[in-house]
Amino acid sequence: MKAERFDLIPFVLLAAATLGALALIRTPSTWVTLTVAGLAMGLLIFIMASGLTLVFGLMDVMNFAHGLFIAVGAYVAVTAMKLFGGTLAALAPALLATMLMAGALGLVFERVIIRPVYGQHLKQILITTGGMIVAEQLIHVLWGPDLLPLPRPEPLRGALLFGDVAIERFRLGAVLLGVLIFVAMALTLNRTKLGLLIRAGVENKEMVEAMGYRIRRLFVGVFVAGSALAGLGGALWGMYQEAVTVHIGAQMMVLIFIVIIIGGLGSVTGCFVGALLVGLVANYVGYLAPKVALGSNILLMVIILLWRPQGLYPVGKS
Amino acid sequence: MPSDLLKLEGVHTRIGQYHILHGVDFAVPRGELTMLLGRNGAGKTTTLRTIMGLWRASAGRIELEGRDIAQLDTPAVAGLGIGYVPEAMGIFAGLTVRENLLLAARNGPLDAARLEWIFRYFEALKKFWHLPAGNLSGGQKQMLAISRAIVEPRKLVLVDEPTKGLAPSIINNLIAAFAELKKTGTTILMVEQNFHVARSLGDSVAVMDSGRIVHAGRMAQLAADQALQNRLLGLSLEAQQ
Amino acid sequence: MIRAVLSGDLPRSRLLSFLLIAIFVSLALAPFLFPGTRSLDVAARVCVFILLVASYDLLLGYTGIVSFAHTMFFGIGGYGIGIAMARMDPTWSAIAVGTAAAILVSLALSFVIGLFSLRVKAIFFAMITLAVASFFAILASQLSDFTGGEDGITFKVPEALRVRVTTYYVVFGASLALFLALLRVVNSPFGRVLLAIRENDFRTEALGYRTVVYRTIANCLGAVVATLAGALYALWLRYTGPNTTLDFSIMIDILLMVVIGGMGTMYGAVIGATLFVVAQNYLQDAMKLVSGAMKGVPLLPELFHPDRWLLWLGVLFVISVYYFPTGIVGYLRRR
Repeated sequence: MKAERFDLIPFVLLAAATLGALALIRTPSTWVTLTVAGLAMGLLIFIMASGLTLVFGLMDVMNFAHGLFIAVGAYVAVTAMKLFGGTLAALAPALLATMLMAGALGLVFERVIIRPVYGQHLKQILITTGGMIVAEQLIHVLWGPDLLPLPRPEPLRGALLFGDVAIERFRLGAVLLGVLIFVAMALTLNRTKLGLLIRAGVENKEMVEAMGYRIRRLFVGVFVAGSALAGLGGALWGMYQEAVTVHIGAQMMVLIFIVIIIGGLGSVTGCFVGALLVGLVANYVGYLAPKVALGSNILLMVIILLWRPQGLYPVGKS
Repeated sequence: MPSDLLKLEGVHTRIGQYHILHGVDFAVPRGELTMLLGRNGAGKTTTLRTIMGLWRASAGRIELEGRDIAQLDTPAVAGLGIGYVPEAMGIFAGLTVRENLLLAARNGPLDAARLEWIFRYFEALKKFWHLPAGNLSGGQKQMLAISRAIVEPRKLVLVDEPTKGLAPSIINNLIAAFAELKKTGTTILMVEQNFHVARSLGDSVAVMDSGRIVHAGRMAQLAADQALQNRLLGLSLEAQQ
Repeated sequence: MIRAVLSGDLPRSRLLSFLLIAIFVSLALAPFLFPGTRSLDVAARVCVFILLVASYDLLLGYTGIVSFAHTMFFGIGGYGIGIAMARMDPTWSAIAVGTAAAILVSLALSFVIGLFSLRVKAIFFAMITLAVASFFAILASQLSDFTGGEDGITFKVPEALRVRVTTYYVVFGASLALFLALLRVVNSPFGRVLLAIRENDFRTEALGYRTVVYRTIANCLGAVVATLAGALYALWLRYTGPNTTLDFSIMIDILLMVVIGGMGTMYGAVIGATLFVVAQNYLQDAMKLVSGAMKGVPLLPELFHPDRWLLWLGVLFVISVYYFPTGIVGYLRRR
């Protein structure tokens, strides 16, 4: 992530998009609401997607069942919040429980489903897709097919008013949490030896092993962390929507794929910028041209790929 | 011989359906620089990779100080004190020079004295200390790759064609650095195509052809014998300079 | 004679031959063997999905391409017919126009996708096809004036097709013909190159075959057959819509059918599709019985609930990928 002259162009693009939207939307208060919504959505997607892109960059494994951790996270949150009373105090333990469950599931998943198919991309795609199917069905079995409500804790409901502008409390909280997580990830990747190992491993696994490090263990760790984060993201997204359905995982997967493709497979910074772009675009276009809204992100992806075919921050593989 | 740090006996390596090493036998004496020579495709790189565990030997023994390491995985081999400088250098372009070296220093912080030494021979690394290694020139990358292998004391350093594609002035710089390194008692096994470099640095030599060792002995002896050189390497001393 | 019809690709297993013959006879004589609207409907679906899955096998099993955009072509075929029949008079020429237009669109799209597939890694390609397919599904539901939106298009059919049995034989005949054509393709020199590409594309390229060209052609061929399957399906249902053609669950179903049946065999599509469609319609009844019998036990009734039939097929799918990569057909051939 450090470079001689850090490539700021994608960030400039991000700023340009927000300003461009202001020009199109014209009413500042609406623009602020949409921007906060976009940032919140984007950051939540970032939380969900970051693990996936790192796992791919590090081990060349694309887990098409990643949405499963998102779904499990959301459903565990529903149960946990109910168990712990649904108050603000219940939020932290509920989210912790979510992350633990999702992480544990990730550990099992890596051992049972992924490990046997290392390096065999075809089988990987098939098996993770299959795992996804089975998992979705199991969720049906455990939690039933109906939409489950996931209410926000009382203090996080409603909106803060700044003059003309209404900003939802929860969204603000999501933005803060998202930024915190991004900063934590950035610091880990850039200032710790662990982060060094991960960045080096993404570039050249073999050389890292030849320097004496067991990269397999690192990979399992990253996979579990990624799964836990996906679970957290799922729980928060469920709260954002205030409802959880079985398809939550599959719904997010398309967006997540778009984000990591836009960002560059293996790049956390790219994932960050990509997620913010996707979140903002979805909200701006949803307001300006609702008909195009659903497809807008795919169009965004195509445009960016035409400009940078490897994504915003291509990861240089040795 | 008891003074052999590394000994290969009857090592075979298969990659897919290709049988590359056909029973490689040779020894690397302790404290010396052994040159591994041979034509393109003779199996020299495969030999280094097999020692390093990047490719698994299908048969034979690889003894490091008497202990068979042939079936150990790469991190374990590295952990025994073997450094590796691959042909493609393997530097991490997105990491800074400092970070590349930090990663290589498994057993603790960077040793100031060693760094002093490294900077003396490889000034450029000091200049680019906090800049991404991807910005270095080919020769500088090679310096970094070598520095990584020696930033901590190693029992054995494997080097694969360090002078490939480099300008003569840089090659001389590298030769000086390796010569100095030898004085510290580090054992080196080096693959080279450049016979001038080989002759300057090599104490013992092994020549490979088609996955087998076809000659092993002292470098001085090979350097003095033109006819032998022609036969083994298909070239004369002069022609490679 | 049989050899020539099957292009030399014999079942090579007595049990498999028996199964294939049984399926063939059942489908050929369906209106007489299984009278009743429901069973005929199942038979027609089996025909359509055999064809659809076979076209996917061409991509996955023979060329080694994983694409999630196959339902898009299926949908294009359906919508081609639907739009043509709704906007023009429901005649045979409308059918021709609709089919032709659909094929052209599919060819264009698959050509572009085929070219793209070579510049990127398999995983990247799979993800992109997922995005493209969902984009198309969104388009179909959003452009409601053109496509009928979420509700789809119901249309009338020409006089001759008003009789169910006639339509059935059109579907059956076309599916059979196209399936045999696919068999011919995969057993030709072209097909052998595809297999070589699947095994090792570098090597094949090094041997002088331009993999770009072969992959693109395979893509286009698979897409066109899927389009035709879609057209047939629309004619049978007299309806086309996002749920019957573009839903991602259908893509999953295709994957299940081709893997469980046996990738790279063509006959796997026959076995897989038959198994799946029959299970989809009749297994659920069986499961209802089991679930009812297990009332009172925690969790078990839920596991066997008829809506959870996909769970069991999913488990079968995962097991197949691990232990039976050649599916049922491969397993039968090895015995």
